[in-house]
Amino acid sequence: MMHLKRFYLGLMLFFMYAPILVLMVFSFNDSRSRNTWGGFSLRWYVELFNDPHTQLALRNTILIAIFSTILATIIGTTAAVGIDKLKKRSRMVIMGFTRMPVMMPDIVTGLALMILFLFGFRIVGFGRLGFGTLLIAHVVFNVPYVILSVIPRLRQLDPNLYEAALDLGSSPIRAFVQVILPELWPGVITGAMLAFTLSVDDFMVSFFTTSPGVQNLSIRIFAMTRRGVDPRINALSTLIFVAIMLMLFIINRRDQRLIKKQQSEV
Amino acid sequence: MSRLIELVGITKVFGTQTVLDNISLYIRQNEFVTLLGPSGCGKTTTLRIIGGFEQPTSGGLLFNGQNLLSTPPYKRQLNTVFQRYALFPNMNVAENIAFGLKIQKASRGEIQTQVANMLKMVNLEGFEKRNVASLSGGQQQRVAIARALVNKPKVLLLDEPLGALDLKLRKEMQVELKAMQQSLGITFVYVTHDQEEALTMSDTIVVMNEGKILQIGTPEDIYNEPNCAFVANFIGESNIIPGLMIEDYRVNFCSREFKCIDKGLGKNTNVEVVVRPEDVEITSPESGVLTGVVENVIFKGVHFEMRINTQNFIWKVHSTVQAQKDSTVGITIKPELIHVMPLRGATPLANSNGFGSHLAASLLHGDNNAPGEKVAE
Repeated sequence: MMHLKRFYLGLMLFFMYAPILVLMVFSFNDSRSRNTWGGFSLRWYVELFNDPHTQLALRNTILIAIFSTILATIIGTTAAVGIDKLKKRSRMVIMGFTRMPVMMPDIVTGLALMILFLFGFRIVGFGRLGFGTLLIAHVVFNVPYVILSVIPRLRQLDPNLYEAALDLGSSPIRAFVQVILPELWPGVITGAMLAFTLSVDDFMVSFFTTSPGVQNLSIRIFAMTRRGVDPRINALSTLIFVAIMLMLFIINRRDQRLIKKQQSEV
Repeated sequence: MSRLIELVGITKVFGTQTVLDNISLYIRQNEFVTLLGPSGCGKTTTLRIIGGFEQPTSGGLLFNGQNLLSTPPYKRQLNTVFQRYALFPNMNVAENIAFGLKIQKASRGEIQTQVANMLKMVNLEGFEKRNVASLSGGQQQRVAIARALVNKPKVLLLDEPLGALDLKLRKEMQVELKAMQQSLGITFVYVTHDQEEALTMSDTIVVMNEGKILQIGTPEDIYNEPNCAFVANFIGESNIIPGLMIEDYRVNFCSREFKCIDKGLGKNTNVEVVVRPEDVEITSPESGVLTGVVENVIFKGVHFEMRINTQNFIWKVHSTVQAQKDSTVGITIKPELIHVMPLRGATPLANSNGFGSHLAASLLHGDNNAPGEKVAE
């Protein structure tokens, strides 16, 4: 029975990770072939970094991730504080609306945003898809994740904390910055890291909300595959995979430490 | 003794629920005032309105004769000790206490001396660097008090501050708080549902129920001369018996006529008669006005607690004399220990209709304690 369990788990992990493993191994393949091993080499990585299109895409991905994370974190945190202060029924409704985009298929979000942008351009008479729309789109799909990670911290807060700060003469803004925000930090940071990861990772929404001139990495990969599968794609995918895994690893480690810390405080 | 805080006809409505119904009262300088009542009576809401965390639906709030309602909480010269302390978890003990001083831009040295003084006052010397989460409930309570008092407020508002402490600690803190209030000369407005706490600490007790003030007076007044059955029952134990006021000074209950010292309730009026358990005297069956059977005797240390059944009523009796269980005894009550209350709803006093501040005034000053006064209008 024990063996069967182990075997089953192994099989599951194999099917989950075999494709990415093959991809990673072949990213170091010296040969251009997709199925024969031609010896270890880093040439595809070198070629990748010498490709100006990829460099630009990398820059776009990082810029979009940083700016969308900052904006989404600010918007999401302030929104969470507001939502928390609502009466129960309105809060439930707003939280429902907040969870909806998280569950919505990316293709729907992407398409809807594209149509909205094009419609908006028609009304104002100018504008085109590009870096700006890409950034807005990323902020839009990131905000709910920030809200969802900050709300639990707010719920745990002593409801009198803010009042106590006011009572001692603190202005509302000072009370928020000095008393409330320090309590929310763990949630805010988790939300920001999630947002960053999702932004780096995203293809579908980005694909619909940018123009061919402005590519991020995932769109770049997609564009490259259309001209035949190139080993450089393996290299790029490997890099993205490793980066995302690293981010998720850090987020999980943080969460576990926080849970442990909370348990030890109780 | 000037009026420091004055509430004038304050009403607070949450949704469809009237939490405070036309409350009027004033608080004098250096007074220890306790708002006492069961949970949901509106006492905490009253405190939150004074603190500025809640706006009344209607009515006025004066501080030294000036309107206070338009002043935000952070500009009011009062500080609050919250029920669950609300210490700032991201700051240590010293930083918590220094919070208000930093906002007032006190110098570093000033802050240090003040914090040290406060910690000494609340018996927490050497706790400066401690994390607030590592403190016990009683210690957190002391930090919360120090954090409020360091700002030298004119008024300290306390919302059931001892509710979370165990009995022994609570008794100690009651004495300490009272001593602090007297030595610092600060006005305390204290909210509690614990009648014993209220009697122990207060100069003035305000008894509230269902958003209304029922009685204002010194602890002695409230205990000895409750103005309605609710107050009598809430403050200590009471026997509350339906009765008939035959005329002034004559009341009938338990099918007997008793002499009493109450007047002005009209003739042949239905009333409630309140008698404290310790005011019931046990006699021999022959010399008692009523006779009854002792159903139950419990030794309570200082006294015996007994239940005596006199056919129409079961009396709660506290006495240092023990009667035998199942024996027949007599009961007498002195006229001055019989308190006759108008029935609820018929009373001119139980509702603070209209302004009612003159009522508050006459009761607060306690300059006339004649029992008959409580029904005068």
